[in-house]
Amino acid sequence: MSNVKRLTMLGITKEYPGCKANDDVFLEIEHGEIHALLGENGAGKSTLMKMLYGVVKPDAGTIMWNGKEVSIEQPATARSLGIGMVFQHFSLFETLTVTENIALVLGDQAGHPNTLAARIKKISERYGMPLDPDRRVSSLSTGERQRVEIVRCLLLELQLLILDEPTSVLTPQEVEQLFKTLKQLTKEGCSILFISHKLHEVTELCDSATILRAGKVTGHCNPKNESSESIARMMVGDDIAISNECRRAVGGEVFVDIENLSTPALSQFDVALKQINLQVKKGEIVGIAGIAGNGQDELFKALSGEEIHRHSKAIKFSGDFVDHLSPLARRRLGMAFVPEDRLGRGAVPELDLRDNALLTSFDSDLVKNGFLNKSNITQLADHIIEKYKVKTAGNHDAAESLSGGNLQKFIVGREVEQEPLFLLMSHPTWGVDIGAQVAIHQAILELRDRGCAILIVSEDLDELYKVCDRLGAICDGELSAFLEPEALPLVKLGQWMAGDFDSTSVLPNTVENKQGVLAND
Amino acid sequence: MIKLVARGQASVKWGYLSPLLAVCLTLIAGAFLFWGLGKDPVVALYTFFIRPIADWYGITELLVVAIPILLCAYGLALCYRASIWNIGAEGQLLLGAVVSSTMALQFVDSTSSWAMPLALVAGMVGGMICSGISAFLNLRLNCNETLVTIMMNYIALNTLLWAVYGPLKDPNGYNFPESALFGDSTLLPILFEGTRLHVGLLLVLLALVVVWVFMSKTFLGFQIKVLGLDKPAARMAGYKETKLATMVFLVGGALAGLAGAILVTGTTGQLIPAISPGYGYSAIIVAFLGRLHPLGITLAGLLIALIFMGGEMSQMVLNLPRSITGILQGLILFFLLSCDVLIRYRVVFTFKLPSFNATATQGDK
Repeated sequence: MSNVKRLTMLGITKEYPGCKANDDVFLEIEHGEIHALLGENGAGKSTLMKMLYGVVKPDAGTIMWNGKEVSIEQPATARSLGIGMVFQHFSLFETLTVTENIALVLGDQAGHPNTLAARIKKISERYGMPLDPDRRVSSLSTGERQRVEIVRCLLLELQLLILDEPTSVLTPQEVEQLFKTLKQLTKEGCSILFISHKLHEVTELCDSATILRAGKVTGHCNPKNESSESIARMMVGDDIAISNECRRAVGGEVFVDIENLSTPALSQFDVALKQINLQVKKGEIVGIAGIAGNGQDELFKALSGEEIHRHSKAIKFSGDFVDHLSPLARRRLGMAFVPEDRLGRGAVPELDLRDNALLTSFDSDLVKNGFLNKSNITQLADHIIEKYKVKTAGNHDAAESLSGGNLQKFIVGREVEQEPLFLLMSHPTWGVDIGAQVAIHQAILELRDRGCAILIVSEDLDELYKVCDRLGAICDGELSAFLEPEALPLVKLGQWMAGDFDSTSVLPNTVENKQGVLAND
Repeated sequence: MIKLVARGQASVKWGYLSPLLAVCLTLIAGAFLFWGLGKDPVVALYTFFIRPIADWYGITELLVVAIPILLCAYGLALCYRASIWNIGAEGQLLLGAVVSSTMALQFVDSTSSWAMPLALVAGMVGGMICSGISAFLNLRLNCNETLVTIMMNYIALNTLLWAVYGPLKDPNGYNFPESALFGDSTLLPILFEGTRLHVGLLLVLLALVVVWVFMSKTFLGFQIKVLGLDKPAARMAGYKETKLATMVFLVGGALAGLAGAILVTGTTGQLIPAISPGYGYSAIIVAFLGRLHPLGITLAGLLIALIFMGGEMSQMVLNLPRSITGILQGLILFFLLSCDVLIRYRVVFTFKLPSFNATATQGDK
């Protein structure tokens, strides 16, 4: 019996119109191991997981569960087998309590309603992630919401837990706690399938790994014996550069000057900005870390002009107040924006790449007397596609048909090609594969070296440490201080992200105190 | 077993085929309808769809009916491209007719060559007032544009009734609710002797070209398209949302108002209560049937005009009720919306095999 695996997926194939998402995939998971599933965006990880969880049916292949062939028709079947899944985007109702949310999804599987709350409390505490069952989800932090999802899985007789990019929304401290919980689970015999982009997490946590590229398995390995680089190589193939060293810059004169920017929260789930002070100099990249929903969106919109606060005087651009200006006027002053949602805000899904090039580049000689210059538009689109290596069938492709990474390269390219004086980016490489990440970072760094002031808002700390010249955090609408990445240990940035700004001054303060002590002496 | 499978990308082919299929299905449903009413379906369909345009005069009559429908539909298409659900073309047309008539009645005994152009411009102004009020309510006070424009239709209709029963009533008209007949200088010149086809046709052709060029060649047209498809993207790009929306409201109103002016100065020659048998409402169907494209709209407009004429013809010849016109127009819209599923989905016929059950699996997210 010992050689019976927890899960074997054999020859799994799934085809979508226009692409083979999974091609003869083999995946095997042992009892009580943490197995990593790696691959770039669009490699077919999500499709594979959806088939395992019964959301999608495979075209061919067999799934063996504890040695027996099973057919997983729907998520309820998967759950009754003991498979639990935590999706990247949580499916929780904000206005309901923790217990109600869990009862809603599990249905009959939740057991008797009267005992549910007590069981949630017991299980959550046992695994080191305490939860109050009666709290409304809207009052929970992102990390706590994830706990709700995990506890929901643990309530069942769990044998396999699937986690889709679980750490992307957590602070470093929360990640550590999550890893402890996962290790405790595996000790009890539960297997874990861990999907992540962050290779250092995989090498730290996982016992084995399966790597997918373009729908096919390209390797199995033990991450503990591999380096991040060697795994990355298996993920992207041999012909793409996967690392670029970064050059820091100091920046010139202050270009964007935000002083005491405060905005009210517009609705219940919005965040008010409190006394934001921030300077971005010419030729430097400033990064703002933070867990989603801590005011990043509000800050972005205040700067881009999507929300105009007509009577405030807080944002100075090259010496002049721009608070009252429309997004168009701000663009004409040399601002450019790469918003977080690439489909639906950064690009229009239904329009092709030519129209999407025109979307914000209208001042780049594309419009004459109000009429469109179609040949210039086509030229610009082709130029962006070629220069930023956007993988697409051509400029006729609709934006929605591109993969996330490719569309992001296109959007970044479009904004960078306008040679802005100030570039504001939100999550510039969120969900983007390594190859595209390198290309995007390269473009940003080159733009900085040409003197552009750049502000990046991101949850991806690796990225911020890589490209930023100064780094700080936002929490609940408040900004921390800003330090050079080298002077800012990850632990402290984590504390800042959690709102613990007092530890801001651990370093400077101690220095000052020492000086004070010396002076007193 | 039949199931719908999502396509990877919206099908361009079915974008064109869906309206054609909808028309075919309407004809089939129409045949059953006539059969159910005790008429020979072939005879009825012939009477309805062929006989009205069997001769030259019929064709010119078709164009006369199509003119106001098309003008309204071009304007509506602009609004719908911007995702502004303007249902108010009827009201804009009626108010256009009232204002235009008011202007025309100033020229009853005049031979001024300004009379006709001024009456047309007055109609456009009337339509713009009507749609401008809707725009203000929608864009400034944040009222739902669909509801606002529908209510404006009633206001416009009652303004028309008030006008023909009150200030615009012909003093020598034996108390009929009609205005005086307009002077010759106000009437639209006839294009072909012996027909009622007037120069309104040229205005329609002009509108067709202008709207087409505007939609496909200008940056403003592009901005309207982006605004309609994706508001956050338009805002991010810095497009002036309110300005663009106001513009399409006003242009739509001007075109519908022009339609109203053309009706009174070209077709009836006076203001009457029943100036429009619902042209502004039919234009909604026309705009969608024509895929919001000026050329498509032109074809769809001719078809709907034919249904108007067919309704009258079958009323006279076959003694069928007048509501047939409305039923067929409704059927077309119904079938069109149904057929549009095929743009995003493919129909797959599967034979049920016991071991390989191909029902769609549902996610529980």
